[in-house]
Amino acid sequence: MLKLVNVKTFYGNIQALKGVDIEVSEGEIITLIGSNGAGKTTTLMSISGITSPGSGEIFFRGRPIHNMSPDKIVSLGISQVPEGRHIFQKLTVMENLHMGAFLRTDKDSISEDIEYVFGLFPILTERRHQAGGTLSGGEQQMLAISRALMARPRLLLLDEPSLGLAPKIVKQIFGIIRKINSEQKTTIFLVEQNANLALQVAHRGYVMENGKIVLEDSSDRLLSNEAVKKAYLGL
Amino acid sequence: MEYFVQLFMGGLTRGSIYALIALGYTMVYGIIELINFAHGEIYMIGAFTALIIASVLTLHGFNEIAIFVLASLAAVIYSSAYGFTIEKIAYKPLRHAPRLSPLISAIGMSIFLQNYVLLAQTSDFLPFPGLIPEFGFMKKYEHISSSAELMIFLTTAVVMVILTCVIKFTKIGKAMRATAQDRKMAMLVGVDINRIISITFIIGSALAAVGGVLIASHIGQINFYIGFIVGIKAFTAAVLGGIGSIPGAVLGGFILGWTESFATGYVSSDYEDVFAFALLVLILIFRPAGLLGKSGSQKV
Ligand SMILES: Nc1ncnc2c1ncn2[C@@H]1O[C@H](COP(=O)(O)OP(=O)(O)OP(=O)(O)O)[C@@H](O)[C@H]1O
Ligand SMILES: [Mg+2]
Repeated sequence: MLKLVNVKTFYGNIQALKGVDIEVSEGEIITLIGSNGAGKTTTLMSISGITSPGSGEIFFRGRPIHNMSPDKIVSLGISQVPEGRHIFQKLTVMENLHMGAFLRTDKDSISEDIEYVFGLFPILTERRHQAGGTLSGGEQQMLAISRALMARPRLLLLDEPSLGLAPKIVKQIFGIIRKINSEQKTTIFLVEQNANLALQVAHRGYVMENGKIVLEDSSDRLLSNEAVKKAYLGL
Repeated sequence: MEYFVQLFMGGLTRGSIYALIALGYTMVYGIIELINFAHGEIYMIGAFTALIIASVLTLHGFNEIAIFVLASLAAVIYSSAYGFTIEKIAYKPLRHAPRLSPLISAIGMSIFLQNYVLLAQTSDFLPFPGLIPEFGFMKKYEHISSSAELMIFLTTAVVMVILTCVIKFTKIGKAMRATAQDRKMAMLVGVDINRIISITFIIGSALAAVGGVLIASHIGQINFYIGFIVGIKAFTAAVLGGIGSIPGAVLGGFILGWTESFATGYVSSDYEDVFAFALLVLILIFRPAGLLGKSGSQKV
C-alpha cells in the first residue's frame, strides 16, 4: 500500500535520508527503529509531504505522492501523529478533534467518530472542553492519536508515541494501536526508539542508521538478531 | 466633564480606527510572523477607492446612503485584492528566506504603493466627501460627539463581533487559529496553508479599508501619505496589546486612541505622538510581550 523507492531528503545541504526503501502492505503494523538522528522523523515527514524528498519516489496505493502537497496526501488517507504530539494548545479537545477531521464533509459520521475515539480513550470525554495545552502528557498523546484517527486514515503514521510517558500509559496506548489495526483495519507505520516494545506489536521491522535502512525482517527474527539485541534492545 | 466626554469620544473614534488596522498587523503576524509594513498603504488605497467611487456616484445622482454603502464596498473589495496580491508577489516567494528578507520586501512594497498613488493621483490633499449620514437624534449631543464618531464606533464594534464569530465558530476560523498555533501540525491535518495565509491577508485588508473609508469621511481629506502615519500608529497599537493577539490589538487601539485624545486635549496637540510612543516604550519596558501577548520568550 505504501512504497518508498530510493528516497533522499535534504535539509539545506544536510542529507538526512540517503536512499530509503520501505514497503508496507495493507493491514500491517510495521515499525522503523533506530537511534537519535537516524532519520526516522524525516522519513515520516517525507511521506506526509512536509519535507518533500529531493529525489526518489513514494507511492501510496499505486499513486505517486512525493510531489503532492500535505493536504492532498491527508485526503488520500495518510494521517500522522508527529513526534512531540503537537496538540493545538489553545484549542479545546473537541476543537482539536474537529481539526483532525478538517478535510471531511460528512458531518454526521464525524460525530460518530468522536464517540468512537472517546470510547478508546474515555478520559478525553471528561476533558472535552478543556484547552489541549492543559492536558497531561499521556492525555495529549491520546488526543494526538484520536485527532489523527478523525481523518479516518487508511495508513496511520506514529512517531515515538511512547516518548516520555509512564509505562502504564505506554501499555494502554500500545494496546489501542493494536486495536485500531485489528478493528479498523488501519495500516500502521510505527516509529520508535523503544525497540523492544515496538517489535512486540509490529509484524515486521526496519532498522535505520544514518539515513539508510540497514536491516529488514520479521519482528520475531529482529528480536532475536544479535546485532539488534546489542544495539537497540540493551541486552 | 463635558470636555472630558468629548475627549473620551474622540479617543474612542481614533481608537476604533487604530484597532481596525491593528487587527491586520496582528493577524498576519500571528500566521506568518511577518510585520506587513505595506498594511498602512492598504488603508490608504481603501480611502482613495472610496473617494473615486463616491465622486462617480455623486455625479450620477445617487443618494447619500447608497454612496456610502457602495463606496465602502468597493473599497473593501479593491483593498482586499491588493492585500491578496501583495502577499502573492512580495511575501510568498520569500517564505523560506531569512527573516529579514520579507521585512525588507514589505518596506519596499509600502514605498512602492505610496509612490504609485502619488503618481497616479497627486501629492496634494484631496477633499473627501462626508459619506457618513447625519443622524437627527445626535443633534442634542453635538457638543460632545457627532454622528460620524458614533458611526465609526458602531461600525467598528459590529465588525469586531463578526470577526470574533468567524474566528471562534467557523471552520476557517478554527483553521486560522490552528495555523497560528502550530503551522506544521495544521498542514499535517490537511489545512492548505497558502489558502489560510491568503484569507488572513484578505480579512486584514478588508478591515483596513473599512477604517480608511470611515476616517477619511470623518476628517474630510486624504493624500498618499495618510497610510504611513496611521500604519505606524496601528502597528504601535498592535505591539502595545501584544502582537499576534486579536483582543490585544483592539485593546491596544483604544488605549492609544484615548492616550492621544487626552494628551492633546489636556496638554497640547504638539505632544500627541510623544505621548503615544512614550506609552509604547513604558509598556514594552514593563511588559515586553505587550498587554495581552504571550509573556516569556518572543520570537523576534
Ligand atoms: N530541520 C532540520 N534542519 C536541519 N537538519 C535537520 C532538521 N531536522 C532533522 N535534521 C537532521 O536530520 C537527521 C535526521 O533527523 P531525524 O529527526 O529524522 O532523526 P530521528 O531518527 O527522528 O531522531 P530522534 O530519534 O532523535 O527523533 C539528523 O542528523 C538531524 O540533525
Ligand atoms: Mg524523530
